[in-house]
Amino acid sequence: MSASKDVLVKPIFANNPIALQILGICSALAVTTNLNTALVMTLAVIAVTAFSNLFVSLIRNHIPGNIRIICQMTIIASLVIVVDQILKAYAYEISKQLSVFVGLIITNCIVMGRAEAFAMKNPPGISFLDGIGNGLGYGAVLMFVGFVRELFGAGSLFGIEILPLINDGGWYQGNGLLLLPPSAFFIIGMFIWIVRSWKKEQIEEPEYVLAPNSKKEAV
Amino acid sequence: MAANNDTIGKTLTVTILLCVICSVVVSAAAVLLKPQQVSNKELDRKSNILAAAGISDPSKSVDELFAQITTRMVDLETGKFTDEVDPATYDATKAAKDPALSVKLDRGEDIASIKRQAKYMPVYLVQDGDQIEKVILPVHGYGLWSTLYGFLALEGDLNTVIGLGFYSHAETPGLGGEVDNPAWKALWPGKKVYDEGSMDPKLHLIKGNVDPASPTAQHQVDGLSGATLTSNGVTNLVQFWLGENGYAPFLANLKAGEV
Repeated sequence: MSASKDVLVKPIFANNPIALQILGICSALAVTTNLNTALVMTLAVIAVTAFSNLFVSLIRNHIPGNIRIICQMTIIASLVIVVDQILKAYAYEISKQLSVFVGLIITNCIVMGRAEAFAMKNPPGISFLDGIGNGLGYGAVLMFVGFVRELFGAGSLFGIEILPLINDGGWYQGNGLLLLPPSAFFIIGMFIWIVRSWKKEQIEEPEYVLAPNSKKEAV
Repeated sequence: MAANNDTIGKTLTVTILLCVICSVVVSAAAVLLKPQQVSNKELDRKSNILAAAGISDPSKSVDELFAQITTRMVDLETGKFTDEVDPATYDATKAAKDPALSVKLDRGEDIASIKRQAKYMPVYLVQDGDQIEKVILPVHGYGLWSTLYGFLALEGDLNTVIGLGFYSHAETPGLGGEVDNPAWKALWPGKKVYDEGSMDPKLHLIKGNVDPASPTAQHQVDGLSGATLTSNGVTNLVQFWLGENGYAPFLANLKAGEV
């Protein structure tokens, strides 16, 4: 029981795929301008990682080693297409906003990383939980970034007005930078900073130390 | 256990089985969800048309509201209604790519930077008996990053704007993306497209705010601050679609009662 709890909870903060492994940054920039899209993207990624882990794990003893990556990709790509089709049918507005980024879950390193690193070696049940856990880890960062960007960029949360914008006759001047993709870099950076100040073991040793300046500099 | 997985036979079997199963799953999802997706697209298009025309009634469904709108196809060259194509199945965006259904625009005429233009376009009419109350025209053109697709609605005098709304674009959020801002859209109603007796579109965006005292104020709309290129794009697409290559011949015919 504690093993399954571990794989489910650990990726959220202790082994977060974005904050510690720095995977899946691209889509985290693109879909976090508001919380609605961030939430739907989170659910889509959870579904894809969980089920791809499950199916890869089910056939792990039959996958030929030479073509294992292709087999994993086939499963992941099929799942992503199914998720994309479902979103287009039942959440049309949001799928329009997410546009290509649902399709790009295929290339999200988290999904493939878990299939290769975990599902190939573990039984289906725990692989499924591992998929959900990593999806949640990805989602935690997305929701954090989305929260900051939507609240301070557009003055709302889930589309509900919190800080009335000057444009609509309120008092809050929206921060335009937060609505643009580069701002997500700063916020993800801040998230990593916060997590690593809290969990000090995540801080990496510097790979090298800058040598002191040995020559006198020209003035 | 995995030792015998790498034989050619096993590799081929696993690959083929996996591919067949995955393709069945994917095609099943695509086929089963198709009707739902088509109706979503249709609903989206209809609600955009209604929004541009300023028709809203929360107590009624989009389909009920849309029942008062007639869709007709217009041959842009002659400016007359045509029954050549069926509005229910016609897709203007696809037609613009089909050489048989579109014309290539010269660089000089192509102010909206759309390269090819469909020969037939749908128009949406709100009628009261024979009297036309509103005309809603699909428009599109290039802004800064993307093509903006939208609808422009005119009053029955075929000159006064009811509203302009875009349903698809990818302009910079907060700058060009402000084309979706309700406060900006509220500047459009009441503006005039043409001068009396002329079919040369005058409506355009200006830099800064419109001076209401200016004699040309009725043809001017505030530009979007920080988004000169998107503003120019909007001016261009409005002028193109209401000009002689766009709907001007049709509107002239409609005014004269010869459609």
